[in-house]
Amino acid sequence: MMELDEALEVLAATRGEHIVMTTMSSVGAWPKFSDTPRDFAYLPSSMGQVVPLGLGLALAQQGLSVIVLSGDGSLLMNLGCLVTLACHSVPVRVLLLNNGLYEVTGGQAVAGASRTNYAGIARASGMDRVYSFTSKADWQRNAEECLSGPGPVFVELQIRGKLGEATPSAPRGMAEQIARLQSTWQHHAE
Amino acid sequence: MIASDAIAEAFQATGFTHIVWIPDSHLGTWDAALTARYANRLLRVSREGEAIALAAGLMIGQAQPLVVIQCTGFFEAGDALRNVIYDLKLPLKFLIGVRNGRNYAAGTSKDSSARFTKPIVEAWQLPYAEFDPFEQTEAAMRDAVQTLAATPTASALLWVE
Repeated sequence: MMELDEALEVLAATRGEHIVMTTMSSVGAWPKFSDTPRDFAYLPSSMGQVVPLGLGLALAQQGLSVIVLSGDGSLLMNLGCLVTLACHSVPVRVLLLNNGLYEVTGGQAVAGASRTNYAGIARASGMDRVYSFTSKADWQRNAEECLSGPGPVFVELQIRGKLGEATPSAPRGMAEQIARLQSTWQHHAE
Repeated sequence: MIASDAIAEAFQATGFTHIVWIPDSHLGTWDAALTARYANRLLRVSREGEAIALAAGLMIGQAQPLVVIQCTGFFEAGDALRNVIYDLKLPLKFLIGVRNGRNYAAGTSKDSSARFTKPIVEAWQLPYAEFDPFEQTEAAMRDAVQTLAATPTASALLWVE
């Protein structure tokens, strides 16, 4: 198991020019590592929808590489999105932060906590590049490989859950976030 | 009935860049025509809430998608719709197939899905128009699709089945 901050620290050191889309717990934790126009906090959100949101962005703006951070509770609400994602050769990388908990609601266990094989589900959904890491050291050793090469990619990171965490809030309003994100490719097009 | 290619052509001519859909037995007859015109921009998803989120990502990426789903899936997709329209404030467009809509209106169907379609669309405060492909013309269909695309807010075309 690794701490959420350890997982994000490795991501921050490796993400390069990728767009990073956070949701739920990661919205609160990510800004201390990065808060640029390439960081999109999907909050307020609809649980389970960050993966299709990232896929849509990558399909619309070809050339953009997108990392989506999802919790296991969120992914459980929309497992079919992995099947959809697997149908597309797009640079979308799903980082599953698996802590077995609905952390933002106080830490209740999700269905199948510590039993569900998410990497297996991703493979069975048709994804070829699937990884699972339980320690920061393993994640650090393999992060560059996970975040390079063709997509889609699924990476499960086993995270130590925390109880009593404050409900996260987005660093800025949604309209501003969308405008900031769009400025990243509009700037490149000029 | 209006030819499926005319419908696909209307979508394309109106400027919808992607069709995100889950077909039903009526909408599904458009599959070949949509595939011919949209190829890999006809996006097949697993659930209707996912269709809405995928379309939202496309819109953030400055594409102009149309979500094509049946009313039953629309019912399921409420939270995704709420988030995309009212939190992300994206003017997403829907074509919603009203299952057994004609028979329900004629009093010959007990399918409850038609009964609840308009009340639920109205509950989400989603502006809508209705189109009956069994009664209305191809020209009227083109107008309805153009009006849908030109509406500045999120809106829906209820397609009677």
